[in-house]
Amino acid sequence: MDFFLQLLVNGVCIGLLYGISAMGFVMIFKASSVLNFAHGELLALGAFFFLTLVTWGKIPVPAAFVLTLAGCFLLGFLIEKFFLRPLIGEKLIFVIMLTVGLAAMFKGLILLIWGGNLHTYPEFLPESLEFHLGSIYIAPVYSATLMISVVFLVLFGLFFKKSSQGIFMRSVADNQKAALSLGVHVRRVFALSWAIAAMVACMSGIVLGIINGVNVHDLSAIGLKVFPVVILGGLDSIGGAIIGGIIIGLLETFTGGYLSPSLRDVVPYIVLVFILMVKPYGLFGLVEIERV
Amino acid sequence: MKKPSFHPCGNFRETYAEELAIFDTWFGRVSLLVFLLLLFGLAPFLLDRYLLYILNSIGIMAIAAVGLNILIGYTGQISLGHGAFFGVGAYAGAILATRLNLPFFVCIPAAGLITAMVGMIFGIPSGRLKGLYLTIATLAGQFIIEYVLIQWESLTKGTMGITLPEPQVLGINIAGDKAFFFLIFTCLVCMTWFAVNIMRSKYGRAFIAIRDNDRAAEGMGIPIFRYKLLSFAISSFYAGFAGSLWAYYMVSITTEPFNLALSVEFIAMVIIGGMGNIPGAIFGATFITVLNELLRFATGALMNVGWIAGLGLNMAPLREFVFGLAIVLFILLEPKGLAELWRIVRSSFRLWPFSY
Repeated sequence: MDFFLQLLVNGVCIGLLYGISAMGFVMIFKASSVLNFAHGELLALGAFFFLTLVTWGKIPVPAAFVLTLAGCFLLGFLIEKFFLRPLIGEKLIFVIMLTVGLAAMFKGLILLIWGGNLHTYPEFLPESLEFHLGSIYIAPVYSATLMISVVFLVLFGLFFKKSSQGIFMRSVADNQKAALSLGVHVRRVFALSWAIAAMVACMSGIVLGIINGVNVHDLSAIGLKVFPVVILGGLDSIGGAIIGGIIIGLLETFTGGYLSPSLRDVVPYIVLVFILMVKPYGLFGLVEIERV
Repeated sequence: MKKPSFHPCGNFRETYAEELAIFDTWFGRVSLLVFLLLLFGLAPFLLDRYLLYILNSIGIMAIAAVGLNILIGYTGQISLGHGAFFGVGAYAGAILATRLNLPFFVCIPAAGLITAMVGMIFGIPSGRLKGLYLTIATLAGQFIIEYVLIQWESLTKGTMGITLPEPQVLGINIAGDKAFFFLIFTCLVCMTWFAVNIMRSKYGRAFIAIRDNDRAAEGMGIPIFRYKLLSFAISSFYAGFAGSLWAYYMVSITTEPFNLALSVEFIAMVIIGGMGNIPGAIFGATFITVLNELLRFATGALMNVGWIAGLGLNMAPLREFVFGLAIVLFILLEPKGLAELWRIVRSSFRLWPFSY
């Protein structure tokens, strides 16, 4: 029973991480319908910026965190401006392959600058975040993750519900032409959503880096694991991304714990194929109605 | 009999047969023949072993890329699992050759057919899914196939790998780059010929109709699910065929090369070569293979330059960076790919001095 409970808790914790990593991905998809294959590399870039600022620049952690977020905001903005804006209205495969190309570029760049080794951050989380529930132990990083994900969920919920920019984004996602004719600055919305998404991605990259250490290959693999998560949760639902993440996290830890560790990494994709066969637009996704 | 001219100076087609013709004039046909004769007659005797190896790799990759182009460029279904299908073909060929001791010319088409069946299984989601959902489903297919190849140890020997016997054609043992050159390029010519002609048939036109608008195609009476599956099957057949040739050429295979990066490379070949263009796929395969070799050479050379070696930088990731950059630049600057560039070059010669 203890084993089961510990797996449950671990699964939820890992799932929350997946959910957080998926949030930036969903943001981009929500505003510009771009499937971002470079998401894992964005996570890694954020994590490495932070690493450089903290260990090499010796900047205090909160300041480094803010600086990294600002840097990634700018990066997302530039990516949209130089690479994705020329492709608005192009065929799907070009957009997908462009992000694949970007992924290879970023990965090469990261490997060139920081190398492929595992780096770790200095300890900075307070011990008071540790929890012991009976025999179950929750590491401080996980409770920090839980808090961060709740905070960001609330922030994003408010952003999309209340702020004018958030409403613009939703309108653009819903119908680009109608939004344009009602005076929404669609290009600015795209730029902003990429900037915000890159920021969220880098934040999740930092959180992942705190837990697992910073390594390009691991982080870009997580970028691919985002796909089953978002398909489960529906490509355009931020809350769904968290739920999808938790389901995938639980699935992984339970298969890893009870069946076989090697099956662990494939299970999300097997589930993904079945879900796509039964519910083509994901569990919480919006069904698109198409006319010829 | 067509008039001997270099290029028609306008669109003078009067019948459907003329519209369907592959070569507008005898000039195109003759120049292709001359090119093939030169390729088969000179290349294997003039080039050294390393260059022949590159040429052979190009030939194998081109077969797989032509297949993927049928799926992506003509049918409009994006598949991220082509690298895994290539691997299925390689393993199917290797297992048939070592376990059942089947002769070479049975193994390769059989491997193609097995891969076609696997491809159809992973094409089933295309019945309900389109666009990015299908792409994600094929991505899942890539990971599942990779997992099966590694874990099904009783069949694939897992990470140990399989060693293949020398292929025999008409009682002659085929070994070495020169013999393989003739084998691979004969296959490439046949497969390209086959692909070009599929596209001129009823099936090819149905594929193109599905690509342009699948709902409309269905409305006009094309059973789209069946045709999508057929397209998956044909493209996987090409992948499997190329994969088993590759297995024979490499002599021993392991599971490592058939990962997502290989799938991405295949798509890059199709895009850089030109989507919906059969010669384009061959251009793309050439471009990517040569780029890979050049980058390997360049990074090796850079490592030995004094001041760079002094910096302690590892130059190997430069390959990945340049590879990504090539994809991005082609998509942004010339989305129709090398085939379009080639057309522009040719037409600017033709229109000289009034080319634009």
